[in-house]
Amino acid sequence: MRLVKILERLLAAIPIMIGVAVIVFLFMRLTPGDPVDIMMGQGGMVTAGEIERLRSEFNLDKPLHEQLALFLFGLLRGDMGNSFTKQRPVAQLIAERLPATIELALGAMLFGLLVAFPIGIISAVRQNSLTDRLSMAGAFLGISMPPFWLGILLILIFSVHLKWLPVQGRIGADVHLTTVTGFYVLDSILTGNREALISSLRHLVLPSVTLGAAVAAIVARVLRSSMLECLRSDYVKLARAKGAGEFSAVAKHALRNALIPTVTVVGLQVGVLLGGNMIVEAVFGWPGLGRLVVDAIFARDFPLVQGAVMVYAFTFVAANLIVDVLYTYLNPKIEM
Amino acid sequence: MATTTATESIPSWRYTWGVRWRLWRQNSLEFWRELRKHPVSVAGGVVVLLYVLAAIFAEQITWHSPELGNLRNRLMPPAFMAGGSWEFPLGTDAQGRDIYTRIVFGARISLLVGVLSVGVSMVVGVALGALAGYRRGRIDSLISRFADLLLAFPFLIFAIGMMAFLGPGFVNLILALTFKGWVEFFRLARGDMIAEGTREYVEAARITGQKDWQIVVSEMLPNILPTIFVLTTLRIGFMIVTEASLSFLGLGIQPPTPAWGSMVADGRNHLLNAWWVSTMPGVAIVALVLAINLFGEGLRDVLDPRLKIE
Repeated sequence: MRLVKILERLLAAIPIMIGVAVIVFLFMRLTPGDPVDIMMGQGGMVTAGEIERLRSEFNLDKPLHEQLALFLFGLLRGDMGNSFTKQRPVAQLIAERLPATIELALGAMLFGLLVAFPIGIISAVRQNSLTDRLSMAGAFLGISMPPFWLGILLILIFSVHLKWLPVQGRIGADVHLTTVTGFYVLDSILTGNREALISSLRHLVLPSVTLGAAVAAIVARVLRSSMLECLRSDYVKLARAKGAGEFSAVAKHALRNALIPTVTVVGLQVGVLLGGNMIVEAVFGWPGLGRLVVDAIFARDFPLVQGAVMVYAFTFVAANLIVDVLYTYLNPKIEM
Repeated sequence: MATTTATESIPSWRYTWGVRWRLWRQNSLEFWRELRKHPVSVAGGVVVLLYVLAAIFAEQITWHSPELGNLRNRLMPPAFMAGGSWEFPLGTDAQGRDIYTRIVFGARISLLVGVLSVGVSMVVGVALGALAGYRRGRIDSLISRFADLLLAFPFLIFAIGMMAFLGPGFVNLILALTFKGWVEFFRLARGDMIAEGTREYVEAARITGQKDWQIVVSEMLPNILPTIFVLTTLRIGFMIVTEASLSFLGLGIQPPTPAWGSMVADGRNHLLNAWWVSTMPGVAIVALVLAINLFGEGLRDVLDPRLKIE
């Protein structure tokens, strides 16, 4: 039964994905004039023939609905067109950058959860204690702090002042690493390269903290408030009455139920990670998808921007889907 | 909060508005009494007010040009450091411009973007939400599907995408922020309207022969306003951070107009020798957004305890 519902859910995501693709397609139509004009406007001397050739290369000479159809069918084959500036398939360019971005997102999520869980639980168990108040004040600050500024602050303290951690990039310039998967940490382990492992981990710390801070703050707040609710509930009282120890009451009974709202919020944080990713990559010179997009925007490389925005949106939809599915496993009461 | 009762629907405008006025006064007094129990929030409100005043009287409280600098004064340290002077209280940037002046003028941009983008989002979102929640049916599902679609994009990605195609600039910035910003207001207003629609006073208003738009505007909307107001406050802080992020990337407000995000970005090249160039505008953002959020959370506790996070 559950499988059927999950399948239903998957099918329901398809129209959303198509809608997302249509919106992204329409993005490009927002530009006054057409993209080739803009591209050529900066290129200097071009002949009318060249402009025509480019128009037909990007299908701009066809009617709008035909362009849309070509665009959607291209997507189905994984074809997102060619980059204006790099003359290579957009899908290929994105695929090259994805490992760096995913590595950073995982690092940020790991940091966020490692900080949020102990803080959320302890703050709930010791409500109104000094620890609770300080943590919640910190969480509030974390929510209000723009990530680009947090990143610069961390660079100032840990790189410029204390000189503990590197400022930019994914790995030291003098370190050699044979790439296998594109995930530097994983590659260093696979090739048994200790020097590269240390270097890539050190480079990963500050960007992960910057990106993960907001996640930590939001998740800690939600976990604390749902823990508080669960700790006051009848089933935890019953567990205590039956002689369950404090640890068992908190961990087995309250935490398990408090996880249900928390999972939703963690899922939503994927959106924060994706958006923040552009900012953090810009701050730390991290060669991922975010940097690619920002560079593409300034180069007015529209197919590349389009493709990347779509990848971001699809990832977000997929993350929400996974959360929905997880939800049913955690909470058997919920009918999908 | 303000609950309108059936007796008010007697179509004597003078009487109705008299009752409304008294209710409103009573509610505001009660509101202040409640808000005073949240001193941190009141402090947040005061800080926000100070920012607003600074933005309005920017010319009067600064003594340099926000856009033109003197290269002889480049990268001067703040007044409290060795070599600094009160001529430039927070130091100068790489073009010799006074950072304090630029922060004060930057407050104009940030507040304007925050208030305008949230204001437009609210008007559009509440109008569509009221329409969808009151009418239901096909129009509701049409708007709701579109809103769901927009929710499939992370906010910042959507704004960046739109700015990429629209090009930078103030009006485009407001457009990009509101194009998705209305959705939150739409969802809130729609849900509240559906809940309100089942209540007796709406039925009573219908029986007295009021037109649909009258029922929505003068009977139902006043009841959902407190929640809308809370969301409005909290969203302003979010929009200010989003604008600063866009300007940081170079996609928002363009130089030489001072915007906090681009000021932080400018200072990145001078982290080693002039930390204040990036740090000071960042402090301005954090203090304002923190104050707005504190104020908003206080408002929420008072106006809409349902949404409270303990």
